Amino acid sequence: MMDWRWDFTFETVLPRILPGLWVTVEVTFLSFALSLVLGLALMIARRSTIRPLAFIAGEFIEFMRGMPLVVVIFFLFFLLPEVNIFLAPFWTGVLAMGIYNAAPAAEILRGGLQAVPRGQWEAAHVLNYSTYRTWRNVVLPQAIGPVVPGLGNLLILAFKETPLLSFVAVPEMLDVARRIASETYRFTEPLTVVGILFLILSLVSALLIRLVERHMLKETRHAK
Amino acid sequence: MSRSPFAIMIPLAFLAGLYFAVFSSVAQFLPSLLNGLLVTVGVAAPSILLTYAISLVAGLGRLSHLRPVRWISTVYVEVFRGVSLLVILFWLYFVLPEFGVTLSAYSAALLGISLNAGAYGAEIVRGAVQAVPRGQYEACVTLNVPTLHKYARVILPQALVIAIPAMTNMTIELLKGTALVSAVTLVDLTAAGVRQNQMTYRTIEIFSVLALIYFCLAQVVRFSGVRLEQQFNRHLGVR
Repeated sequence: MMDWRWDFTFETVLPRILPGLWVTVEVTFLSFALSLVLGLALMIARRSTIRPLAFIAGEFIEFMRGMPLVVVIFFLFFLLPEVNIFLAPFWTGVLAMGIYNAAPAAEILRGGLQAVPRGQWEAAHVLNYSTYRTWRNVVLPQAIGPVVPGLGNLLILAFKETPLLSFVAVPEMLDVARRIASETYRFTEPLTVVGILFLILSLVSALLIRLVERHMLKETRHAK
Repeated sequence: MSRSPFAIMIPLAFLAGLYFAVFSSVAQFLPSLLNGLLVTVGVAAPSILLTYAISLVAGLGRLSHLRPVRWISTVYVEVFRGVSLLVILFWLYFVLPEFGVTLSAYSAALLGISLNAGAYGAEIVRGAVQAVPRGQYEACVTLNVPTLHKYARVILPQALVIAIPAMTNMTIELLKGTALVSAVTLVDLTAAGVRQNQMTYRTIEIFSVLALIYFCLAQVVRFSGVRLEQQFNRHLGVR
């Protein structure tokens, strides 16, 4: 039967889960940064004129999209020690999520680049801009706008994927909640608190992204 | 991407599978992986059907003229999109009994996955219905088509075609989501792989086979989506 204990919630559950929340946020941002870098590399490889490289990058993206994150996490978790790389579960988790989200990141970045009209490239070429100047002053400023909402959604998705790291004992929110539950035999409070925290945080971040999006939309309109 | 997903990858996957079956100690762990695959498919197939049903109801609910219906659908979508699937699964399995509802591991998995994916699906359905041109609604008014008929015969068939690509992606995500059901003690493909890994330490082989199987499942979904879209387009006389 329903017996919710507020004292337990506030004195035991919350103080222990909040550090877990911090771990969750850390993993989210670190892995997101990693997947941006990897995604950029993948995207460039995919657009490369070296055919085998482009092929491999394309197939890798397709392959990663069909693979569950848990499989990647377990794979790295078991594989790395076998090849004598010893990482803390935290960094294994960051690595796994970074690799896993690189594929969608590459797709989003590619979409942004394709949104830049061909004429812009041609104009830069006609004006005899260097490659660096073309990218820095012409292409990238126009490619960033359409990419923001997609990357924002990816960030929220990454945030919601962090509980999977509890499978390999990264001390994020869900892992902490499960530990509390196994110590006290009370599942209701820790799991519900984790659920509510996730709900609040993803709603807030979705709202933030919508604001940024609107802001950027306004700015591009001014530019025109 | 227009190239047929089956064209290159399936033969490759088959060859890789053949390689493993012949040259490695796959026979050691393959049977239990296949048992796990049965569980994965057993969870995924009904979840997909349930998800589509939920998506349709909640998606149309978000567009309803009745305020309470709209509110309930919105709250449902926001809650189940906002909370991570693993947390939902744990909650359904371990906390719901506290409220007097005890679910078996299988039904908790089924329900958790469907409710989570259904929230994403609802947004796809909503977007698709809104993407049907206004003229179609106006034509229905002009021709005095009754409401039920309007949705069943005019709006939804067109919305469905628009929704198929996004729904395909969502279904693949759902498929990948089933890898989490080990949290509620089901031994699915992933869980079977992890167990076998702990017994045999053939990490690379086991996880490559796992990845290949998931990849093939995803390709089946993708291919069906493409075929379905072609069929619908032909039926509707587009192109």
